[in-house]
Amino acid sequence: MSARRVSVTECPGGPLLVRGADEIEGPDGTITATDRSVVALCRCGRSDRLPWCDASHRDRKRRSKNRRTEGDGEDRAPEAT
Amino acid sequence: MRLPEPCGPLSEGVVRALVAQPDGPHAVSETRAMGDVSDPLTDRDLQLALWTLYELHYRGFDGVPPEAEWDPLLIVSRAALERTFEHAVRQLVADSPPADELGHLGDRPSDRVTAALTRMTVGSGPSEVAKFLHRRATREEFCGYLGQRAVHHLRESDPYSFVLPRIGDAAKVALAELQYDEYGGGRPDRLHQELFARALRSLDMSTDLTSYVDEAEGATLASVNLLSLFALNRRLRGAAMGHLAAFEATSSLPCERILRGAQRLELPPEVGDYYEEHVVADAVHEQLAIRSICGALVDAEPDLADDVLFGATACLAVDGLAGEVLLDGWRSRRTPSRGRDVRAAG
Repeated sequence: MSARRVSVTECPGGPLLVRGADEIEGPDGTITATDRSVVALCRCGRSDRLPWCDASHRDRKRRSKNRRTEGDGEDRAPEAT
Repeated sequence: MRLPEPCGPLSEGVVRALVAQPDGPHAVSETRAMGDVSDPLTDRDLQLALWTLYELHYRGFDGVPPEAEWDPLLIVSRAALERTFEHAVRQLVADSPPADELGHLGDRPSDRVTAALTRMTVGSGPSEVAKFLHRRATREEFCGYLGQRAVHHLRESDPYSFVLPRIGDAAKVALAELQYDEYGGGRPDRLHQELFARALRSLDMSTDLTSYVDEAEGATLASVNLLSLFALNRRLRGAAMGHLAAFEATSSLPCERILRGAQRLELPPEVGDYYEEHVVADAVHEQLAIRSICGALVDAEPDLADDVLFGATACLAVDGLAGEVLLDGWRSRRTPSRGRDVRAAG
């Protein structure tokens, strides 16, 4: 496991796929650990499960009522419609 | 596992063939012509007969010799049922509203396919079934839903594994990566089938698959059989992967709603755990399935592009049909004065 390669794949209109990550550090320093071999990181800030993507970018209705204020979405993904 | 209860001439013929002769050959008596089947997608007898024959390729039945899996006479019967089923699926897909005009999407066939898969699954939001479970379902209706879905979830992901040896290179690697996650990521207690079984046990519900098959609507069996049709026929490997992409890409949002429904009804945490797992896992899987699997598959085999899109459309259409049957059932039971009229799935 020590020589594991970490890679990041950009999904147009969607999350970042990250392979080989052990933990994700949020903007406020919060560490979220994972034991999944591949994870999807939210880029649009609409996820209810940050830092993970929960496919909220697909839900048209949620777009107008984004309640998020943590300033997590500086890197906005293109709107997927 | 025991054999299901037959519900008509086709399923009766199959079950009788399986139990009649311990050593085969297993001839299925032709007691009902395929031409008499008016709607194969909701015909419970046809779908149960097909499901029973497909199950021989998975875990099989108590008292049925394993050799039955490749009994030529049973394969002949299966092929006849499959032809009728596949024809109906292709008609349903042809009648489905076409995806938006896609215009110029890129130079490679894989660009066209990944864009089309994204387009056909985006913005669909949670299904009506998921909304009903979220806001309105009683505990009994919720458990009824779990019972219908058990036919799929207790075998979750298994059909797609048949496709692994049938595709190569990057698409194979990506499918293995997705399946590894479905199969618990190396941890038996996180096997998705087991998560669902644990949810059933937490509600004091059986984990015996046959008991759910005995109660399943024809359309529910059709949605499960569709996967086996695609996964067990190598010629339909592209459709199988398109089905996977559509399934995963339309899973996270409904699972979120169903999770909230389980919380509203204060169901045991094991029920929520299953759906919570799928909100996050399937957000990953949709990207893997659309891009890493279907995109790579079509790059390697451009001729499969149409099959991939056919499989995705078929998934949405057939699963949509199964959902409508469930919703109709809930509605008619809530307004008994109108009766349970037109359900063809009985």
